[in-house]
Amino acid sequence: MTNQPLPTAPLARYLLHLADDQLVMGHRNSEWTGLGPILEEDIAFSSIAQDQVGHALAFYEYLNQECGLADPDQTAFNRPESLMVSSWLVEQPIGDYAFSLVRHWCYDQAVYLRYESLSQIQDPALQALATKLRGEVKYHTFHANTWMKSLLQGSEESRLRMLTALKEVWPMALGLFESWSGEKALMEQVGHAGQPWYPGERHLQQHWQAGALESLVLWSVDVEALGLHKVEPVLGGRQGYHSEHLASMLEEMTAVFRLDPQAEW
Amino acid sequence: MVNQAETAGIRAEGLKGNIPDGLTLELRRYWEVLDGVPDPEIPVISVVDLGIVTRLTVAEDGAVRVILTPTFAGCPALRWMEKTVQEALLEAGASVVEVQTTFENPWTSERISEAGREKIRNFGLAPPPRRRPGCSGPDLDALARAACPRCGSENTSMKSPFGPTLCRSLHYCFDCLEAFEQFKPL
Repeated sequence: MTNQPLPTAPLARYLLHLADDQLVMGHRNSEWTGLGPILEEDIAFSSIAQDQVGHALAFYEYLNQECGLADPDQTAFNRPESLMVSSWLVEQPIGDYAFSLVRHWCYDQAVYLRYESLSQIQDPALQALATKLRGEVKYHTFHANTWMKSLLQGSEESRLRMLTALKEVWPMALGLFESWSGEKALMEQVGHAGQPWYPGERHLQQHWQAGALESLVLWSVDVEALGLHKVEPVLGGRQGYHSEHLASMLEEMTAVFRLDPQAEW
Repeated sequence: MVNQAETAGIRAEGLKGNIPDGLTLELRRYWEVLDGVPDPEIPVISVVDLGIVTRLTVAEDGAVRVILTPTFAGCPALRWMEKTVQEALLEAGASVVEVQTTFENPWTSERISEAGREKIRNFGLAPPPRRRPGCSGPDLDALARAACPRCGSENTSMKSPFGPTLCRSLHYCFDCLEAFEQFKPL
């Protein structure tokens, strides 16, 4: 295992949050390959997983070239759980299709907002990357919205399953916006238009929550009856504290890598 | 595979490709070599027509440097394409070839040449809809009315934004009563 400490530069740390979330989410979504409830959904979750691992790689490469982190394979596959800064939401097992779908809906909308903000940064390379990746995530949010709407307005059973999943996912979705030590410094960074590009986690959460609740109301979900407004976020991921599920996932994800960590692929 | 690209090229004759104008003979020759390197997933279109070659330079010592950019960041064919591009240029006589992938000129579906769009259509895929002025990202509304590559009808519906490869979506034509795939706009 690499003993490389977590980066202290605020931008590097923030990009690592993004990259780790994408890697872990991508790995979880890939677990639907071969198991999707219908062929199209099997393909959709597999494609989304492929995108997410690709996005993680793009950020790990940037972190390697510009911020002095280890090479992408080492950073992705050779870190102990305590040095992973992904959120609790992404490391949870896939559960049933309703859980995975609601998680995908919550998660990709949050990623979209982050890419939108990152595309305002001064660094032209990151600016171009974020703009590009945002276009790809648009397909994810489109996919998630289509199914959320159709299953929330479908049969009684589909609706009930979706509501149950919403209750389960929501506290962890709020945890995506955990505040972190370099946040203030990053909020002061000026973007390419002369304005700060990173609004901070609190603002991102409010933005995300307003959009999500608006859609839910549109799909006739009684968000108050569901108790979504008084939920406490599940925190810890950004500081390396995880649920029991991350360790076993990493164990499986890195099994081949660990056979020969220096192998050329 | 190269032959397939050439065959489809005949059908797209007269349409503009992606080889820049005003090149020196040497540079033009290298661009033409790359125009014979097929995309591994849609082999009728070359990596040049697809728009993933963003720069090609030759240093004074003859070393060729190529910059590629992926269609989708998670494209699994990328390493294969880097290798194929390098081999093609070495075979064409370049002494040293360096191929690098960056996002500095990120790919959008607007980078596909006119000739490339026609080749995609001949292959049986709907080419990506053109981006409307003022639209900064992929225009997903346009996806809902993709034109059927067989009959041209827009009486179609999107079945899934995710198809057999990252760059294709699944559609159905109500006039032909057939499924088809679309090269996704990005």
